[in-house]
Amino acid sequence: PVVPSGLLLCCRPAAVKPRAAMQHYRFLLILLPCVCLPRPTLLREQHYQYLKKGLRHLSDSYECLDASRPWLCYWILHSLELLEEPIPAAVASDVCQFLARCQSPTGGFAGGPGQHAHLAPTYAAVNALCIIGTEEAYNVIDREKLLDFLWSVKQPDGSFVMHVGGEVDVRSAYCAASVASLTNILTPKLFEDTPSWILRCQNWEGGLGGVPGLEAHGGYTFCGTAALVILGKEHMLDLKALLRWVVSRQMRFEGGFQGRCNKLVDGCYSFWQAGLLPLLHRAFFKEGESQLSRQRWMFEQQALQEYILLCCQNPAGGLLDKPGKSRDFYHTCYCLSGLSIAQHFGNVDLHHELILGKEENRLAPTHPVYNICPEKVAQALQHFHQLPVPEADQRHGASSWVGPATGFRVQMFNGG
Amino acid sequence: MSGLEETSNESSELKEDNDFDVEVEGHVEVDYASDPFRLYMFYRDRKEWADLEPVPQDDGPNPVVKIAYSEKFSDVYDYFRALLKKDERSDRAFALTAEAIELNAANYTVWHYRRVLLQALQKDLREEMRYITDIIEEQPKNYQVWHHRRMVVEWLNDPSEELEFIADILSQDAKNYHAWQHRQWVIQEYKLWDNELEFVEKLLEEDVRNNSVWNQRHFVISHTTGYSSPAILDREVQYCLNQIRKAPHNESAWNYLKGILQDRGMSSHPGLLEQVLELKETHCSPYLLAFLVDCYEDALENNNQKETLNRALEVCEYLAQEKDTIRKEYWLFLQRSLESRFGPSAASGEPLADGTEPPAGQQELS
Repeated sequence: PVVPSGLLLCCRPAAVKPRAAMQHYRFLLILLPCVCLPRPTLLREQHYQYLKKGLRHLSDSYECLDASRPWLCYWILHSLELLEEPIPAAVASDVCQFLARCQSPTGGFAGGPGQHAHLAPTYAAVNALCIIGTEEAYNVIDREKLLDFLWSVKQPDGSFVMHVGGEVDVRSAYCAASVASLTNILTPKLFEDTPSWILRCQNWEGGLGGVPGLEAHGGYTFCGTAALVILGKEHMLDLKALLRWVVSRQMRFEGGFQGRCNKLVDGCYSFWQAGLLPLLHRAFFKEGESQLSRQRWMFEQQALQEYILLCCQNPAGGLLDKPGKSRDFYHTCYCLSGLSIAQHFGNVDLHHELILGKEENRLAPTHPVYNICPEKVAQALQHFHQLPVPEADQRHGASSWVGPATGFRVQMFNGG
Repeated sequence: MSGLEETSNESSELKEDNDFDVEVEGHVEVDYASDPFRLYMFYRDRKEWADLEPVPQDDGPNPVVKIAYSEKFSDVYDYFRALLKKDERSDRAFALTAEAIELNAANYTVWHYRRVLLQALQKDLREEMRYITDIIEEQPKNYQVWHHRRMVVEWLNDPSEELEFIADILSQDAKNYHAWQHRQWVIQEYKLWDNELEFVEKLLEEDVRNNSVWNQRHFVISHTTGYSSPAILDREVQYCLNQIRKAPHNESAWNYLKGILQDRGMSSHPGLLEQVLELKETHCSPYLLAFLVDCYEDALENNNQKETLNRALEVCEYLAQEKDTIRKEYWLFLQRSLESRFGPSAASGEPLADGTEPPAGQQELS
């Protein structure tokens, strides 16, 4: 159906410039059984109640995530910080104590108390603790043991297994680089050959697969790229090919992103895919690219916000993949993270906001490398860089490295 | 999707949380639906397990993200924790891992323990293959099940069932990422390249838009004949163009065409630009136009001609304003970038990226 332009104008938020394409609105009209598109509203209060409850209690339908409980902590805490909802001190302390119980005696964090350490819950736990950002939170992390754990999963070819006896894919490099850089246990030796392994994951499509040879995929592309940014090696990628691949993943009708070519849109890719644009912007900037915009990321920010606000919210709270799917904390986290990316353009000097709908839709900015708020990244770096880099006990390592651990200057995004 | 968020793959199938808390301290009703004749007996009531003291989960005094486990779940895992603590290596432990897996197939600690038991008890690996086949058929989007299968195949050093098994999984979901990953591992590890291109062609006939299959095509060719020989390259280019004629809006085919030519010079393939310009009349798409930009860019790199640049800038404008507006920011960036790299000197007062004019001082210098 053709939408009379008058109707559109009355619905369109005044703050946003009219866009040329009508097709996007056509899609939304088909989807939403109302004559006029309402000004999109972020259902803050509903999401807050959903998150607040989930942080304490989850139904038995979450048994399938019993080996991912630090993830639940991170997804919920990050969502709350994006909504700028404070975490009561008692709750924060309880999270610290729970995550302490998830920490393995041999280092790293597990999916639950008594389970084995695994890089994914390790990533989530460290992020959650950095969001809390108290001394108690930072002190939960046993840095020496964490380093031992990272060595224990390091492979001779530069990759990392996700856990001892587990599988290899590019997520592990990101999880390892993220926690090592935040907690200041990163040494060049630890990530020797990791950048070249990650580079092998970039394929003919321009994106990255989970391991060399596989189809380019948004989640793995984010992990590989962000890991390289942390290691200061993002310029080794074919950035132009990667840029072309990721911008092509935004769906012309839905406005959201797909994870792979010729697949369906999914709200979580609002972060994994759109989050690549800030990383690439910075990478190009570092390379001396003179033609970058100073106001916009290289994706259609308004369309993504529309997709998230109009198609990905559960009226009872929580966000989701696409209409018809059920809500969950993973999608709540990544839809909100993507919404934040779409709202905030930032460079070393500039910050430009584009908020669709009312000002109350505004979320806190998120750091595109770690996906926690930039202040929390800076605070954690500041705290841990006061501490010495632990000397690794490599007897249990996958390979025998010799030599003292040396300090390593971490590349900071926007100066930290 | 299968992949990263499949740590919560199950999430999309989760039912919504109850609005009220479900307490687990008290007695919880037996789930009549799944056990109407109450045939299931909790481990705590089984005589043959009476010697083992169950270990409750240590969530601490003020738990967070506390899951309201069913009675069955708690019971099984209390006994799993007990076995783990003892490091018991027995058949009853082995049997219990299967129950724990059924309750949560993503519990990698349980899988690891099961593998320890498989070796310690010298279990029949053929039977384990049958077991893991069934589990994957039930839960094909889980990391742990595929990794376990890989371990068993490695121990047996027998990949003979793999290609057929994976083909069956793909027949149910032709884009299952784990399945393709396992397939590539098997083929590469055991050098089973011979029939894979045929498999790819069959799947492309079924769905020419399946990007995973296009990727597999690239995987097979790059690891066998390679793309260096003109005969192979030409065959692949022709294959693409044929698929494009049949389905002009199939992005995969266009991406593949670009993918195989980009490192070899897009504009160097004889007659390709002309063929694409011909296709533009009857089979136009944003992908065709993007491919044209790439051809022009490649041409400019070898021979910077004003006419070529103008054509490139025109197509970028057309894409940005009309044919691919969702990518407007990108096409305008590319346009500025081409102008900057191949156009007359930038110090000529041209607008900056955000549309503003450079400061007057700069203009005076030119």
